[in-house]
Amino acid sequence: MTPMLRPRAPTDDHPLTKLVLSLVAVGFIALFLLMPLVTVFWEALAQGMDSAIAALREPDALSAIQLSFTVAAIAVPCNALFGLAAAWCVTKFDFIGKNLLVTLIDIPFSVSPVVSGLVYMLIFGLQGWLGQDLRDHGIKIVFALPGIVLATIFVTFPFVARELIPLMSEQGRDEEEAAVSLGASGWSTLRRVTLPNIKWALLYGVLLCNARAMGEFGAVSVVSGHIRGLTDTMPLHVEVLYNDYQYAAAFAVAALLALLALVTLGIKSLLEWQFAGEIAATHSH
Amino acid sequence: MPGFGFSLGVTLFYLSALVLIPLAALIIRPWEMGFDGFWAAVTTPRVLAALKLSFGAAAIAAAINSVFGLIVAWVLVRYRFPGRKFIDAFVDLPFALPTAVAGIALSALYAPNGWIGAPLAKLGIKVAFTPTGVLVALIFIGLPFVVRTLEPVLADLSRDAEEAAATLGATRLQSFRRVILPSLLPTLLTGTAMAFARGVGEYGSVIFIAGNLPGVSEIAPLMIIIKLQEYDYAGAAAIGVVMLGASFVFLFALNALQAWSASRR
Amino acid sequence: MSLVIEHVAKRFERFPALKGVSLTAPKGCFLALLGPSGSGKTTLLRILGGLEFADAGRVAFDDLDWLALPARERRAGFVFQQYALFRHMTVAKNIAFGLSIRPRRTRPTRAEIARRVEELLALVQLEGLGKRYPSQLSGGQRQRVALARALAIEPRMLLLDEPFGALDARVRKDLRHWLRGLHERLGVTTVFVTHDQDEALELADLVAVLNQGRIEQIATPAELRAHPASDFVADFLGQAVPGGGVVPLRTARAPTLKGKIFKRSEENP
Repeated sequence: MTPMLRPRAPTDDHPLTKLVLSLVAVGFIALFLLMPLVTVFWEALAQGMDSAIAALREPDALSAIQLSFTVAAIAVPCNALFGLAAAWCVTKFDFIGKNLLVTLIDIPFSVSPVVSGLVYMLIFGLQGWLGQDLRDHGIKIVFALPGIVLATIFVTFPFVARELIPLMSEQGRDEEEAAVSLGASGWSTLRRVTLPNIKWALLYGVLLCNARAMGEFGAVSVVSGHIRGLTDTMPLHVEVLYNDYQYAAAFAVAALLALLALVTLGIKSLLEWQFAGEIAATHSH
Repeated sequence: MPGFGFSLGVTLFYLSALVLIPLAALIIRPWEMGFDGFWAAVTTPRVLAALKLSFGAAAIAAAINSVFGLIVAWVLVRYRFPGRKFIDAFVDLPFALPTAVAGIALSALYAPNGWIGAPLAKLGIKVAFTPTGVLVALIFIGLPFVVRTLEPVLADLSRDAEEAAATLGATRLQSFRRVILPSLLPTLLTGTAMAFARGVGEYGSVIFIAGNLPGVSEIAPLMIIIKLQEYDYAGAAAIGVVMLGASFVFLFALNALQAWSASRR
Repeated sequence: MSLVIEHVAKRFERFPALKGVSLTAPKGCFLALLGPSGSGKTTLLRILGGLEFADAGRVAFDDLDWLALPARERRAGFVFQQYALFRHMTVAKNIAFGLSIRPRRTRPTRAEIARRVEELLALVQLEGLGKRYPSQLSGGQRQRVALARALAIEPRMLLLDEPFGALDARVRKDLRHWLRGLHERLGVTTVFVTHDQDEALELADLVAVLNQGRIEQIATPAELRAHPASDFVADFLGQAVPGGGVVPLRTARAPTLKGKIFKRSEENP
């Protein structure tokens, strides 16, 4: 038996094609994704690590960091609980208008972030539906924490629900029905049967929801009023510093956000590799 | 099973209070100016230019992403090379990176003294603070939509059809053009459409690099903010309604397209 | 001019699929590759089609060094187990595919292609269905479209991978007779893979029985029935021998069952 020249399988690309396409793909990603990321850290450290850290310890920066965490700490649990409730009623029951409900839940993804902020201005803003009444009673919604939370909830609204719905509808109702028939209450069925089955998908949704909540810019920028040290979140603080020509400081705060994004990506990939089957099939957000 | 009333109640209440009623406020607001007022608000030259730029740049960026996104997805699904998984995970960066961060980074990168901007400036090409800058930002933001939509479909694509094409005498290019591409087309269109829809409404990554010259490089979402700052709520809402309407018409067309292509297989 | 396979061997990462297979079949012959799953029969067929590559060995056919040709130059009409029809093309476009992608020089005119498609539709008894999409056809109809598509390129050799594997029993029987008739009319050298001994014995001129990457026996159906060369062959054919014959019923049972159980998970790496 003589060794033979091994031709290409008909579904294999020519080595040259492979090389060219790989270079194009990697080049495109390097140019459009990697270089901006590198720029963030490069510019942040342009004046040294100490000055970057000093920029993060400015009182305004600290208050922005605190505000971002506060907003996420309210918005994410709200959307997680909503997502769970929505997924429960959509996947465990049949009712008229179910498809419409699922479509409605997805709406915030197809709305511009700026419009997401705008809708709350139209209600709570000074010239909004309730603006005058709120002012008469001394209640501040926009240009204050509640408005920022509302806008953030709006833009991160579907994250958890859209992770849970496909997974829970795939898992069916058998296990829950069995638990109920054995005498479990609704709550203990949820806690002891459903939650263990969906915990990774829930975590995945919460992770994405949190990343977006901490990083949201457009919607929050509309309702925040940009009061330095009071209603500026981290991304807004980046904008303020940048427009003030304090580039190194702006990039220092940006680098903190970028680190957060990288950690999110890392955990997300880890979840996808480890628990592929326990996370819903499609991810495009 | 218990919990129907409660979970549906929570869902409907939350959805209505936070999404539906606010959107209704948006849709109702502009009409206090009457139709003529609405029309006048969205057809001033400055607003028209902004709408044109947002839709135009989003369309071009989506078209560019459809080509490169297909290549990236193809390489990531079909080829095996070290670091593939890493690059694959990295494609999600625009989903995870706050848009403002992307915005200032792109702006610094493409500014006339930036890493990419400087060599381009020598060639006489200006990117930052021009409509081209808007395009660059929208390419950044849209790429993962195309790649992530294509990847699972590409991975599931049966090799049988390609093998059949080869046994029937097709070259690799013919296989791609006549067998692979047509079966990917509905998915490719979906991903491209999602990138387009996102691009039209994108704000954070764009405003830093755009330069925001009235009538030249102002995008539609920025016009909304400008109107709000002028306390012209109805005018802001009018632009918002146009954008919302366009994206719904678009999504509807997309669903129709998907239904049509599903009916053929 | 016959099909000569010499010492063809193929190893996949974990296991050897073919351990040096040799056989000779005359041109125009209807050859069955029969064996249980994992016997290497599909691998051999895919090697003949150019979809898989032998690590060693030679194949000569039509005075050609067959294995040196890339798949698209072999003109081997391959019919896949799951048909592999192009879902986005009509039946007519599917059948015309092999002709319409030829370089302009050798491509028939549109009218000529259309005429050929009509002929082939008639040949596979699907007149009038040219405008349908594959999803609108039954399994048996799809099977025949796949066959017509393979025949359109005037193949030197026809390769059928479990041609009836995905069909229900009744359609299978009908198609079997029809295919035998078609082969007699066309006279194209045909190799088909099956795990079903009835099918092989009823259809083929020549049956090669494969086991674990080797040919146990190659013979005409009559010879196989009369003189199985090994216990394995006797066992594997067991059920097909009427009234028990040379093979005691008890030894015949086990491998037959095995073949049935694994029939859906045919090796196809």
